[in-house]
Parts: sequence; structure tokens; C-alpha cells
Amino acid sequence: MAFINISDVRMAGIAACIPKQSYHNKDYPHLSTEEKDKLIKTTGIERRRIADDNTCTSDLCFEAADQLISELGWNRTDIDLLVFVSQTPDYIIPATSTILQQRLGLSEECAAYDIALGCSGFIYGMSSVASMMSAGKLKRAILLVGDTITKKTNIKDKSTAPLFGDAGTATAFELTKNSGDGIQFHLATDGSGYKAIQIEAGGSRQSVDEIALTEIEIQAGITRRKVDLSLDGMDVFTFGISRAPESARKLLERIGKNVDQIDYFIFHQANLFMNEKIRKKLKIPEEKYLYSLSEYGNTSSATIPLTIVHQIKDQVNSKPLNLLLSGFGVGLSWGSAYLATNNIVCPEIIEI
Amino acid sequence: MELNSFIENFAAQFDDTDVSEFTPSVNFKDLDEWSSLTALSVIAMVDEEYDVKLSGNDIREANTIEDLYQLIANKN
Repeated sequence: MAFINISDVRMAGIAACIPKQSYHNKDYPHLSTEEKDKLIKTTGIERRRIADDNTCTSDLCFEAADQLISELGWNRTDIDLLVFVSQTPDYIIPATSTILQQRLGLSEECAAYDIALGCSGFIYGMSSVASMMSAGKLKRAILLVGDTITKKTNIKDKSTAPLFGDAGTATAFELTKNSGDGIQFHLATDGSGYKAIQIEAGGSRQSVDEIALTEIEIQAGITRRKVDLSLDGMDVFTFGISRAPESARKLLERIGKNVDQIDYFIFHQANLFMNEKIRKKLKIPEEKYLYSLSEYGNTSSATIPLTIVHQIKDQVNSKPLNLLLSGFGVGLSWGSAYLATNNIVCPEIIEI
Repeated sequence: MELNSFIENFAAQFDDTDVSEFTPSVNFKDLDEWSSLTALSVIAMVDEEYDVKLSGNDIREANTIEDLYQLIANKN
């Protein structure tokens, strides 16, 4: 059972950066007007931000981190750890975290590594950063989490293209002697579902050949290549509505808290239909359950920090809050985190 | 679990299809209103009403409403 309890690390700041280019699902070319209306109503996704060809996840995360570090007033050479969580790195080799260490002007004495997770990535990233800091008594760390997953979807695939948007985030952590409740995690995995969300070709198992680059019509409205993202909506739905509430419930039980004692629940933004099923299972009141789906869609690993900045920026930077976060999806991988935040630095969403 | 009540629950996931169309032997994927979104509603209904997890393959392999009923009965 992967429960982790970190008592000496606090979240110090959080920032998000999105591409300027906004795209409305009413303009999606491969569905009828009626189908589009139904899609928007069911998924809750109206608009999405899409990175241009020259903008990578690392660029969005860089802007978020650069501004966050400045607003925190941190000396860059005091940052001991940088972790980059993404499924859309700059290169297959090397890790993107090393490039960002240099670009952000961090010290050579800074540890840096990548974590390749998506929807659960923010939770896993937080747990990894907090554990490293606590074990090594590292004073300051930056967690960069984001994806430009629209680069991996095929516009002719109605089961993926209208759902996803791009975003990059940066979250700052510092060692503290007085963190209140600290940060608690529950982490879990079910690799039997690894095909539910997948890019089949382009790794070591299946290289990019002519077949992988050929578009295939899987069914009406779903055309893609093996180098494009595929998603089995039904499998992911069944997974999400069972595992996400289960994980949140397990963590709440573990820490001895109930729904009433949490100020806000920030769950991975999959789609409205799935997220509402999860909310109702946990009996969370609507006003405590935050969304950013209509504005930004599913931004993969970035959804949780992006939703925090989008919805409660003015609260996280002015008063103490008890937050329950939960990420679930590709892997299949999922996890939840509980933390008490107190006056954390949270700049406006950055657009580039 | 009883077949008639399952058919009622199944039919409740549709907005426009006439109730008379929902028979045990109907190929539900041939119904005009059937879509990937209806599939999610059916999965959610089965989860709520029968506490059974349907996979994408379960839906793909079932042809009739009765097929689906049998599948859920076996998992229950």
C-alpha cells in the first residue's frame, strides 16, 4: 500500500502558462453541429489552448517557473531539485529536466530528472519531490508539470482531438519546520490497462516505420496513425469512475478527515460526464469541486495545478486552505494528495 | 437482477428512441441514437445499479440487450 506522509515540506508557490491560441470545439471540422453540441454538453469542454509548432511543453513550464521563482524572490542557486513531469518531452534523449536546469539558471548542484506520467503526474511528481526533499533535507525544489498533448492527437480522431488542450505549470516547494498537516499521498497502478491510453509507435517496442505513419480509419470519425494518441473512452471511463473516488476515499480515511473538512477538491479534468460521476460518488458539494474544463479542456498532467490557478488563485495566496487533489488516467496510474496550503504565491495565468 | 428491469434501466439512457424498440433481442448498436456517449451512460448505469464494471470490450462484444444482461449477471 503506497501511502506516504511528509511532514516537513510545504507548497510555496504555483504558476501556470498556456498558449495564446484558443480553439473552440464549435469549430471542430469532423463532427456535425448536432454532434458538436452533444460533445460540448457531455464533456463540458468548449475551448482549448493549442501550442504552435514552435512551442513545447518545456517552453510553457519554463515561463511558469521563471515567473514563479521571480515572484517568490528565490535565489536560483538555492534550488536543489528540479523534476519535470510530462509525456511530451523535448526529445526522446536526453531528459528535458536537464535542459530546463540550465535554461532556468539553476546551480550545477541541482538534482534534475524526468517522470513520464500523465493524468496522475502532478500527484506522483509532488510525492517524488516532497520525499526527496524530506529525505535529503533539500531546502527548495521546483516541480514542472505539463503537456502539449495536442501535438500527439490526430485532428480526424473525434475520440481524442476535441478533448485535449496544452498547458505547462510550475510548483515550488520548500523545507519547513512548521507545515501544519504536511502532505499525505496515496499512489496506485494497474498496468493491465496500459493500452487504454497509448501512443503505440515511436518508442523501443515499435519503431516509426511506414505503417506507423499511415492513417487508418478505425471507425467512422476515428482516423489516426500509430504515432498518434489513442484512447479507449469506455475503458478509461470505467476506470475513472471507480478508482478516483476509491483513492480519494482511502486517503481521507487514512488521514482521518471527511468531505466537510476539505475546502476544495481538485481532480484531474477528464471530462464533465466522468468528473460529475466521481463527484456524486464522493458526495462532494458542487461549490467545493473545481473545474477548468470549459476553458482549457483536458490538459493531461497539468489539469490540477492549472485548475487551482484558474479557480482559487485569490484564495490560495491569501488564506489557509485544506485541499484534496486526485489524478487518474494513462498507465493506468492514479493517486491522491491531501495538503494544507497557507498563503502560497500564485501569479495570474501566463499566456505566451 | 431481472431482465425486464434491466431493459428499463437500459432504455432510460436514451432520449429519443421509442420504448417499444428495446426488446431483449434488439441489436442495440444498430439503434439510431446509439453513440459512444450512450455507451458511457450505460456503463455508468450498470456501475450504479448493479455495481458491475463493464469494459470497452464487454460493450463491443455484446450484440443484443440480452447479451449485455447475461454478461452483467455473470459478473454479478
